[in-house]
Amino acid sequence: MSDDLIRLSAADLASKLASGEVSSVEATKAHLDRIASVDKDVHAFLHVSEAALQTAAEIDAKRKAGEKLGPLAGVPIAIKDVLCTSDMPSTSGSKILEGWVPPYDATVVAKLRAADLVPLGKTNMDEFAMGSSTEFSAYGPTHNPWNLDRIPGGSGGGSAAAVAAFEAPLALGSDTGGSIRQPGAVTGTVGVKPTYGSVSRYGAIALASSLDQVGPVSRTVLDSALLHDVIKGHDKRDSTSLRDEWPSFADAATAGLAPGSLQGVKIGIVKELNGDGFQQGVKARFADAVALLTSAGAEIVEVSAPSFEYAISAYYLILPAEASSNLAKFDSVRFGLRVNPEGGGTVEQVMSATREQGFGPEVKRRIILGTYALSAGYYDAYYGSAQKVRTLVQRDFARMFDEVDILLSPSAPTTAFPIGEKIDDPLAMYLNDLTTIPANLAGIPGMSIPMGLADEDGLPTGIQLMAPAREDARLYTYGAALEQLFEQSWGHTLISKAPSLSASEQSAATEGVV
Amino acid sequence: MPDPRRGPNRLGAMSEITREQVEHLAGLARIALTPDEIEKLTGELGHIVDSIAKVQEVAGQDVPATSHPIPLSNVFRDDVVGETLTQEQALAGAPEHDGSRFKVSAILGEEQ
Amino acid sequence: MAARPELMDYDKALEMFEPVVGFEVHVELSTKTKMFSDAPNEFGGEPNTNITPVDLGLPGSLPVVNGQAVKYAISLGLALGCSIAPTSRFARKNYFYPDLAKNYQISQSDEPIAFEGSVEVEMPDGTLFTVPVERAHMEEDAGKLTHVGGSTGRIQGAEYSLVDYNRAGVPLVEIVTHPIIGAEHLAPELGAAYVETIRDIVRGLGISEAKMERGNLRCDANISLRPRGQEKLGTRTETKNVNSFRAVERAIRYEIQRQAAILAAGGSITQETRHWHEDTGRTSAGRPKSDADDYRYFPEPDLLPVEPSLELIDELRAALPESPAVMRTRLKAEWGFTDLEFQDVKNAGLLGEIVETVSAGSSPQAARKWWTGEIARLANAAGPEVEASSLVTPQQVAELITLIDSGELTDRLARQVLEGVIAGEGSPSEVVEKRGLKVVSDDGALIAAIDDALAAQPDVLAKIRDGKVQAAGAVIGAVMKAMKGQADAARVRELVLERAQA
Repeated sequence: MSDDLIRLSAADLASKLASGEVSSVEATKAHLDRIASVDKDVHAFLHVSEAALQTAAEIDAKRKAGEKLGPLAGVPIAIKDVLCTSDMPSTSGSKILEGWVPPYDATVVAKLRAADLVPLGKTNMDEFAMGSSTEFSAYGPTHNPWNLDRIPGGSGGGSAAAVAAFEAPLALGSDTGGSIRQPGAVTGTVGVKPTYGSVSRYGAIALASSLDQVGPVSRTVLDSALLHDVIKGHDKRDSTSLRDEWPSFADAATAGLAPGSLQGVKIGIVKELNGDGFQQGVKARFADAVALLTSAGAEIVEVSAPSFEYAISAYYLILPAEASSNLAKFDSVRFGLRVNPEGGGTVEQVMSATREQGFGPEVKRRIILGTYALSAGYYDAYYGSAQKVRTLVQRDFARMFDEVDILLSPSAPTTAFPIGEKIDDPLAMYLNDLTTIPANLAGIPGMSIPMGLADEDGLPTGIQLMAPAREDARLYTYGAALEQLFEQSWGHTLISKAPSLSASEQSAATEGVV
Repeated sequence: MPDPRRGPNRLGAMSEITREQVEHLAGLARIALTPDEIEKLTGELGHIVDSIAKVQEVAGQDVPATSHPIPLSNVFRDDVVGETLTQEQALAGAPEHDGSRFKVSAILGEEQ
Repeated sequence: MAARPELMDYDKALEMFEPVVGFEVHVELSTKTKMFSDAPNEFGGEPNTNITPVDLGLPGSLPVVNGQAVKYAISLGLALGCSIAPTSRFARKNYFYPDLAKNYQISQSDEPIAFEGSVEVEMPDGTLFTVPVERAHMEEDAGKLTHVGGSTGRIQGAEYSLVDYNRAGVPLVEIVTHPIIGAEHLAPELGAAYVETIRDIVRGLGISEAKMERGNLRCDANISLRPRGQEKLGTRTETKNVNSFRAVERAIRYEIQRQAAILAAGGSITQETRHWHEDTGRTSAGRPKSDADDYRYFPEPDLLPVEPSLELIDELRAALPESPAVMRTRLKAEWGFTDLEFQDVKNAGLLGEIVETVSAGSSPQAARKWWTGEIARLANAAGPEVEASSLVTPQQVAELITLIDSGELTDRLARQVLEGVIAGEGSPSEVVEKRGLKVVSDDGALIAAIDDALAAQPDVLAKIRDGKVQAAGAVIGAVMKAMKGQADAARVRELVLERAQA
């Protein structure tokens, strides 16, 4: 029973909860048991909530009392540690915030609570969301449920792995340059980066303010849509929050399941996002996907975005610049770690010692890079130029979307690589986000859904859909349609082929072969 | 000690990042980097900067800068008092305080 | 190095060098909430209570601009004759300091809300001097540090410091002038007059308490000298901590004399921050300006551009009060003061008090007489820092004058009433009541006293009857004494002459 419960989609679990067939306590307990059983190996969680069962019981009581509850009421959810939670530590994967419990909830967390979801705990991530592998977490790496020796992607490897390992049906992530989509791709799950400003950033510990966006992580497109419906909307505490009235994304996803939903849809394949350096298995699955779409009546055109060649460079100037400033607040005065140099010291020395010991190597690298990009005499050449590239990227997107309804690319250039392989090669690590970065620069929505397993290593690949700003609904419609198309062609869901990870099947998991 | 400026980078160009620069940047960023870290970062930063410096190639005078992905303006708040933190909440996460204020060690130099 | 005089004689310094000054004035806006958070815009109370996660720079918190503060800033820009930028932006100024919660200050850099204006400043001799304003921009205040240990309570020698963030995020407008050339030997006076004018402007707009002693209005004075005939500006110093108009004047004078002594001896000026010490009347060297001052400004990604509509600007322009210079010209005419009288009032900083006293019903001359006379004297007696305006309110003064005009108080009694008011005994009427200071206007009591006095001085009575009216003084004096001063001397005189003929 409990194993069945953890394998349900959030939508299916929600309907069993609504019908009374299952209680939230049962569902929550099943997931807590799963965490207890597999998270020693996966390490998706940094903290497991002690209040989850209590919260679930309260929701069950409300339901019993006949209160009208939201569509996801009683469904457990994992929360990326970048988000502030007033009842759990919020560390953003950093030693400098070890044990810090914020006096407030992030707006998205408050929305989860208001919608009666059950927070299960906080998920692991690269320190301050800087990374593509979760290896830069100060609390140790997360392991990919498909192969525990491989990375789960990053920065939100914890959320993706939690969902892939059936430790939670849903999770929240944050995506600054691909931190939701790339982990989705390499763990065989679904992840969405919404339109910039459609989900509040208040209470999301900032990495790069003009790029960060909170979004859903799940195993199905519909589940992401349901979660997106919970967290979307204007927040007066976030100046960059949009006032748009958003359509129901769940309805949009359901619409995609109708026969012929891809008929006549114009789909652009971005030339620059599917070339050299992409793993053979990824390219093969992408070609399969294009063929499937064609057979479903979609019109495929190749489009080109010349500026994308410069996007990753612009990104690695804008992100470190904003991050160097956002992370200045970690100074040992008001919260977090304090390190006193031997024999004491001035406040400057205390701050410097704290930041030296409290930050990991990637965070220091990016802070120094960002400080450089903003410093006098370099601003125009680096930060200023990068902001101009951003304009060019937006123009390229605008031009392409004049021609097509939606853009497609692989979500990541490779499948999950072995833990440790790229940790000492920052430039190689940075290339993992090649495909996802342009959407963040332009503020447009992007989604990754499972695209099948690569022939050479049997590991998941992902396909990325991109839509114009504010057209998140398109992602859900066409994403759901494509997901259905894939599953019909495979005869199963991709995640059903993931190793079970139960204690007795440990050896199978480490082989990572399906 | 080898002069880091002389190390050829991956693209074969000369890195423009010097050890002194990294030390200066670490000072600005208040990170007490160890000599080893400075050494390592000098090389890495050189590589990174060389590979991202290409943004200048397309950043023409005629291209405006984009600082916000979705253009908005005039986002204001009404001048109405809201909820504040209690003193206890404010100090809860402080490494050191005197019961009402945050405590820091002596400040070198003058008031800013 | 041979000892050299620290200061050059002021006149000699002016002979050799031309002073160039410039000012950065910070004005705290009196909005209800802070610049970027909805915490109350109040400080000085229990530490770390008027704060939200935003003011404390907690991870995840985000700023939202106070629309009222923007309107205030636009009004101030317009009052300074500035252009209002069609698009202005917030920027982050990055530097580490424990009173700066985020370790960056949200300010404005190359796109300020207001730019290029000018302020007419009235010099002590009544002439007008035009101060060119470069810009006015919005920013947030920092928290407050208290240095503990060491002997002076100052930062040097302190063992540790304590931080209260109640002031963090208080809205500020910083007004920056261009270098001001041509004030010559009146440069110190110009400084004081400029800051006073800014105070009058912001008070007139009702956008700030503008009390220098409370730090609502803060001035940094930039001073440089150049040899006569030289085009290029000299190296400047930036003097901070000048917390009164008088301090601005003294600090500029001191810096001119100090810099002149150094330059004349062949030395050079270090570009640095200097601190004014009110007690010693000197400045001391602070932080040198250097490459380390790399603030790495960049557009604040958490905030959007401010693009005020022309309609809003016109609306705010229409609501501007008249400028201090225009107002002074009008008041002088309306009140009918002589040049000297008006100058006295202005130099005493009592224009506003007199305006309010007059609007509360007093005659301008009576208001002037009391404010610049007795009240100023009492303020002076109370100490050098005490301002007349802090002793009594214009409403209280107007009430006092009404009591005098109606004959209920004599000037002498009124002075006693004033003391009572200042001592906190209540309104003038209440003090009259409590102290029993009312003029005796009962003619019966007066006549009895006069008859007694006349009977006691028959020679005086004879003189009065002979037409030597001035002799009545002796009788009047005796009567006033008998009445313990609580009589209207004019009425006594009338009655004395009347009774003498009886």
